Amino acid sequence: MKLELRGITKRFGSLVANDHIDLVVKPGEIHALLGENGAGKSTLMNVLYGLYQADDGEILLDDEVQHFAGPGDAMNAGIGMVHQHFMLIPVFTVAENVMLGNEQTKAGGRLDLPAARARVREISARFGFDLDPDALVDDLPVGVQQRVEIIKALSRDAKVLVFDEPTAVLTPQETDELMVIMGQLRDAGTSIVFITHKLREVREIADRITIIRLGSVVGEAAPTASNAELASLMVGRAVELTVHKEVSSPGEAALVVRDLSVVDALGQLVVNHVSFEVHRGEILAIAGVQGNGQTELSEAIIGLQEKVLGSITLDGRWLVGMSVAKVLDAGVGFVPEDRNHDGLVGEFTIAENLMLDRSDRAPFVKRGTLQLNYLNQFADEKAKEFDVRSQGIQTPVGRLSGGNQQKVVLARELSRDLRLFVAAQPTRGIDVGSIEFVHKRIVETRDSGVPVIVVSTELDEVTALADRIAVMYRGSIVGIVPGNTSRDVLGLMMAGEVPDTITTIDTDTIEGALL
Amino acid sequence: MSSPLSASAASGTNLATEVADPGTRATATQHEHPDSSNGLEKTIVKSYKAPIAFAIFTVIALVLFVVLGRDGVSTFRLSNDNDLIQLPALGVPTRIAGIVATVLLAVIAVLAYLRVRADRHVPLWLTSLFGVLFLFGFLAWAAAGQTLPVPGLLVGTVSLSVPLIFGAMGGVISERVGVVNVAIEGQLLAGAFASAVVASITGQPLLGLVVAMIAGALVSFVLAAFAIKYLVDQVIVGVVLNVLVIGLTNFLYSQVLSKNAEVLNSPPRFDRINIPVLSEIPIIGPTLFRQTIVVYLMYIGVAAVYFALFHTKWGLRVRAVGEHPQAADTVGINVSGTRFWNVLLAGAIAGLGGAYFTLGSVGAFNKEMTAGAGYIALAAVIFGQWDPIRATLAALLFGFASNLQNVLGIIGSPVPSEFMLMLPYVLTIFAVAGLVGRSRGPAASGRPYIKA
Repeated sequence: MKLELRGITKRFGSLVANDHIDLVVKPGEIHALLGENGAGKSTLMNVLYGLYQADDGEILLDDEVQHFAGPGDAMNAGIGMVHQHFMLIPVFTVAENVMLGNEQTKAGGRLDLPAARARVREISARFGFDLDPDALVDDLPVGVQQRVEIIKALSRDAKVLVFDEPTAVLTPQETDELMVIMGQLRDAGTSIVFITHKLREVREIADRITIIRLGSVVGEAAPTASNAELASLMVGRAVELTVHKEVSSPGEAALVVRDLSVVDALGQLVVNHVSFEVHRGEILAIAGVQGNGQTELSEAIIGLQEKVLGSITLDGRWLVGMSVAKVLDAGVGFVPEDRNHDGLVGEFTIAENLMLDRSDRAPFVKRGTLQLNYLNQFADEKAKEFDVRSQGIQTPVGRLSGGNQQKVVLARELSRDLRLFVAAQPTRGIDVGSIEFVHKRIVETRDSGVPVIVVSTELDEVTALADRIAVMYRGSIVGIVPGNTSRDVLGLMMAGEVPDTITTIDTDTIEGALL
Repeated sequence: MSSPLSASAASGTNLATEVADPGTRATATQHEHPDSSNGLEKTIVKSYKAPIAFAIFTVIALVLFVVLGRDGVSTFRLSNDNDLIQLPALGVPTRIAGIVATVLLAVIAVLAYLRVRADRHVPLWLTSLFGVLFLFGFLAWAAAGQTLPVPGLLVGTVSLSVPLIFGAMGGVISERVGVVNVAIEGQLLAGAFASAVVASITGQPLLGLVVAMIAGALVSFVLAAFAIKYLVDQVIVGVVLNVLVIGLTNFLYSQVLSKNAEVLNSPPRFDRINIPVLSEIPIIGPTLFRQTIVVYLMYIGVAAVYFALFHTKWGLRVRAVGEHPQAADTVGINVSGTRFWNVLLAGAIAGLGGAYFTLGSVGAFNKEMTAGAGYIALAAVIFGQWDPIRATLAALLFGFASNLQNVLGIIGSPVPSEFMLMLPYVLTIFAVAGLVGRSRGPAASGRPYIKA
């Protein structure tokens, strides 16, 4: 089925998310939609899927104008979508999820589950998925959940399939498998829209590439284009894709983690007996697919987790069981992975956010009163130093772009004397310009002799920054390898395999981790 | 379970293996389901809550049944005089019954302790057995030298449970679709009022039932409109609605109903219908099958809600909307519409429960006659973990506690009646506070769905 979007415009208040976007997807092609976070890709697809109503423009399928009042209409017209955040009901089985909204019933209104199971089996056999229709979705790994999403779309005979950032939650191996599946679908005649911001994937699978920046189409490219070409189209200027850093000169071990476990409310070991150390002046990256214990590990260090077993010492000071305030006082800087949720108070101004972690003492508070003059002066200075672009330090942080918000967090955390810096997903959802800036500051922090932990699910970021890489899988550290380890090896480790060929640089640590 | 398991801030590099919490403790890990789901290893968090609770109740039993034990014979009467099949009354020596019960309770408490120490859970059947034994000991003790009418105790239980069960069904449906229904109390009261008035005027109790459903649905309509359309906090709307209905019915009762009670507030009551054969089964027959049509409607209603919720398209969609409304939206389900109509349905069912007050048991409307039944029904929903059958069982338990107080008052037990009045509420608190374990409701219950 041929899909055509003509002049799609979508506004949210004064923000124009999509500005007269034209797009043609031919039958049996994979059309990549490339753009930075916030460029308007997802908005466009939500318009296509009937979740948003376009302010202007029209959608054509096989040259017929369509009117979608909701996702139901879009689905009936043959459009399927694999959402970035899976739209599956965790407490339902695979078959129930697939049949939802499209239920077949038997006499007496009973759900026809056997038919739904058969449908799941039939479609999964077509692609070699091997899915149990009666498995609870909650119990399935994310890669498999994504296949349920694909089956859900195919069970309604989708002719146009939209993949919205499908690889964000996958290991590199799962990503490769997804590419194969997309190829199979294309060969079967399905038109595919592939939304992503990852250049490598686009060049690997796409037949054509449309690049979107700030809500507008800025160009088309062939998959033969180089990374640098695509990146400069995406960002609008030449981009430095590598991080400049000197070889590290690590000092003695500052942060020592031994046999650390974190227990969640269900009694599960979300962090399972991990041991490692971070030396002064080195960056240890913690890699892994989202949800393998990295979040809990970083929160355990900062004191945000409730049930923590094992030991964490920083320069000999015991950190387990300390309050967050004490951990901060011990010299730990922390960039949380969700800055809107944990890092900033959206309604507070830039200046107020900059003093949040020192709200109880000089220089910001004296004799119980805020030192507003000092605060403003400090905030002006930091806003300049960290290149926070805003209408002034009294702007509520919630109004800033993701990149500028992240710079405020960085400015706050790096303006104290640090003994350890922990940055979780430091560049998630921010623009390329800000990414360069954040990376530069992280390397500078390392060079000033501070031990740094970077938690990231982006392999590019991990390999760009790390001096050593610890890969986590299901709560355990699979291994700690040098920063120049190949992506293939890291990919295998992210799936829990320990390749025989890896050169371990810290035998003690590895043994500890493998307990 | 919530206290931090973190080690005390020991100096140096001591490994933090000891845990500073008396109730719970994490111990050696054991590998469970290596290939399941997220595949995380599990550690058993020891919870001594159950053994501790058992021990406390065993001590109470020891003091009450043995130390303060009473002499005489406790007689349990098992059938009524006019029953077809007569069962002999069961007489037990009070003191011996108390001692036996206490010893068995102690055995169970020790058993529970041993299980927890061995990293195993205390199963629900053990807790239930403990409850039944304690109850037996208590009844024997309270009825020393007296005769306890078991059929009467059970018939009254069903009678008192009917509005609770209807209310709980309303709660289950509403919460399953994602709207917290605190307004059950208001729905019951509105149903009671409307059915009394209409049945009095028309002389038709069946018409009263229909109007009760409409009245309950109207209360729900306000809840649905504010919660779904205007995104007002659902709990607040629910509480305010309860107060509103209480105020409105009080006003109408004193200004209109009581001035003309002959015409407006003397509804005909439903007759008992004995189901042939079934009603002659000893104990069960009189309890379940000599009831009014409202009770039979309740049996059908519970079964229907259960079947519909888990085996029909409607139920699948209701549960989807309550768990993950956005996912439901993306497969073309109208989230707001589904929520709206089902909250109305929930109100109609609760309204039926209200009608039972006036047309089934009491026979006339009274100020605030529901007396918190709606809140107990809400507790039954949670205690029953949002499952129609389990919520019904929970409601029956609460009904039993209420009726026990009535029966013991009649036979003249040594327990002060004021104390017994607390029983259903104390039981509710214990139940909801989770002697049974943490319960997980529909994920999106209480959260408005805001479409971007």
